[in-house]
Amino acid sequence: MNVLEIRGLGVDYLSGSGAVHAVSGVSLDLRRGEILGLAGESGSGKSTLANAVARLLRPPASITSGSVVYRRQDGSAVDVLALGGNELRAFRWKELAVVFQSAMNSLNPVITVGAQIDDVLRVHAPRMSRNERTERSVELLQRVGISADRRRSYPHELSGGMRQRAAIAIALALNPEIIIMDEPTTALDVVVQRDILAEIRALREEYGFAVVFITHDLSLLMEISDRIAIMYAGRVVETGTAKALHRAPRHPYTLGLLRSFPRLRGPREELPGIPGVPPDLRSPPPGCAFHPRCAMAVAECSESLPVLRTEADGEVACLLNDGRGVS
Amino acid sequence: MSILEGRNLTKHFTAARGPRGRFGKRPPVRAVEDVSIALRAGSVTALVGESGCGKSTVARLLAQVYPATSGEVLLRGEPVRAHRGAAFKEYRRQVQLIFQDPFASLNPFHRVRYHLARPLRLHGHARSDAEEREQVAELLERVSLTPVEQFMDKMPHELSGGQRQRVAIARALAVRPIALIADEPVSMLDVSIRLGVLRLLEGLARENGLALLYITHDIASARYFAEDITVMYAGRLIESGPGEELTQSPRHPYTRLLLESAPDPDRVAPPAGERHGEPPSLIDPPGGCRFHPRCPVALPVCSTEAPGRTELGERRWTHCWQAGAALSR
Repeated sequence: MNVLEIRGLGVDYLSGSGAVHAVSGVSLDLRRGEILGLAGESGSGKSTLANAVARLLRPPASITSGSVVYRRQDGSAVDVLALGGNELRAFRWKELAVVFQSAMNSLNPVITVGAQIDDVLRVHAPRMSRNERTERSVELLQRVGISADRRRSYPHELSGGMRQRAAIAIALALNPEIIIMDEPTTALDVVVQRDILAEIRALREEYGFAVVFITHDLSLLMEISDRIAIMYAGRVVETGTAKALHRAPRHPYTLGLLRSFPRLRGPREELPGIPGVPPDLRSPPPGCAFHPRCAMAVAECSESLPVLRTEADGEVACLLNDGRGVS
Repeated sequence: MSILEGRNLTKHFTAARGPRGRFGKRPPVRAVEDVSIALRAGSVTALVGESGCGKSTVARLLAQVYPATSGEVLLRGEPVRAHRGAAFKEYRRQVQLIFQDPFASLNPFHRVRYHLARPLRLHGHARSDAEEREQVAELLERVSLTPVEQFMDKMPHELSGGQRQRVAIARALAVRPIALIADEPVSMLDVSIRLGVLRLLEGLARENGLALLYITHDIASARYFAEDITVMYAGRLIESGPGEELTQSPRHPYTRLLLESAPDPDRVAPPAGERHGEPPSLIDPPGGCRFHPRCPVALPVCSTEAPGRTELGERRWTHCWQAGAALSR
């Protein structure tokens, strides 16, 4: 069952020399309680997509087409793009929360961590008493692994990992159905990252929220996600379960990404990587945006734009593909 | 023989702000403690560690950006102290640095040609315009920015991250150094671009006999591109050895933790959800082995005495009481 349905979403950045299509024609489902990984390089539109869904885009970005529908547990549907003012305020945090990459920037530096959780509760759950709010703050902090006495700490007194945990605690405050995590662990060390990923999985089991996990690190996504969507130049080029993508990637770009990561175990295979550079979105190549870098491209790839076709356990947008996978 | 070597390097920084201690002095940040590392010609050595472990400080000590609190830097076996003036310029001709952020390390107002011509002129490698042009073209060729005519007159903002990093590498090569220190050279680049830049660095080391120090937090990339890996934790060296040996049979519990924590899609079972804590403060680091509060196999001695170096084979050693105990058993 879907909790979020994105259909044909397009986002443009308007600039002097014309519009940049940062996201074009993206259709994606988020199922209830799943962790959906969104992978892509810088400029692939993954953060823009997430910000569009959370209604966080600011000019010069504007949504040009498509729809985003949020489905409540009771089956009622909410058109996210049409929400205004108070409705939007109620939708954020209660239904959908966001955790950003740099927790130092998303936490207020002059207010204690406990007060920031209290803030969210006071605004969004006005019926809670002061004592209830304090109790809930302590509970949330403990749940993400921060001791209760840290409630009175300022963000600068916490380490990077603790700050990110605090940001997650704030996101959890109102039990949202969806949490969007935009590179939540990129600024952290691997050991701390591992602990936080384990924490996110455990919290998901406990509260049953769905996660959109955005990162450029495909190997990390393969471990944490249930399903993965790969973006390239503003479009979704492949979706599938983490296992299927790891075992048999269907899009040459996915394959290239998988072959770009040095591995820790097994033989030290030659790493082919991907030649060339990501396209300039001001003047994207015609046809499939990946064709100039694709080793398997045929003449047709530069002429017609492949559509995202549904396959056995996922979707892929590649002319070469008849569902057998590439490799 | 090693080209560039640090011997027992220690660096304490004095905090500019913060509470004063008992004698009106602020406690120092013990960023680097007793670090020895040697770079060999034509070979890549990796220094791996988490953020704040002091790996960049080691890079700057080796590059003589600031003096060490104690210990010495040796260039071709000769101790050097060259922090300013002509001596510093001469040292810079031999040892070059490449930084993490290619967006910050190039001047946004100057063309690629200017960035490469400056070091050529300053260090007297190019004396005429024709020589300058020829050498700039040659440098661009070496870092695979071709066709060179096209790249020579570009501004930094017209280049992608990977291309900028290549310009930074070309600039470092312009003075014809014998040692290159690359501080996280690819961590700001896209995954698909990283390999190309790392291969370029590897090739430069092999073909030109450069001694290269590759500083990174990514131990998997070190396994692929470095001959030797040295692991650092909280300002101290932990373990060192040939890349393959160190990653396949780590001897120090911290190296093991680091390897277990790296994302790995081939992993069969998801790791247990235990908490591993975080690295200590370097103002008041734990006594003994600095890893002991997080160590799963700590002995009583670990909290009182810092372990010495246990030799485990050729170019292979660790600082761990457990390894010492295992050897003497």
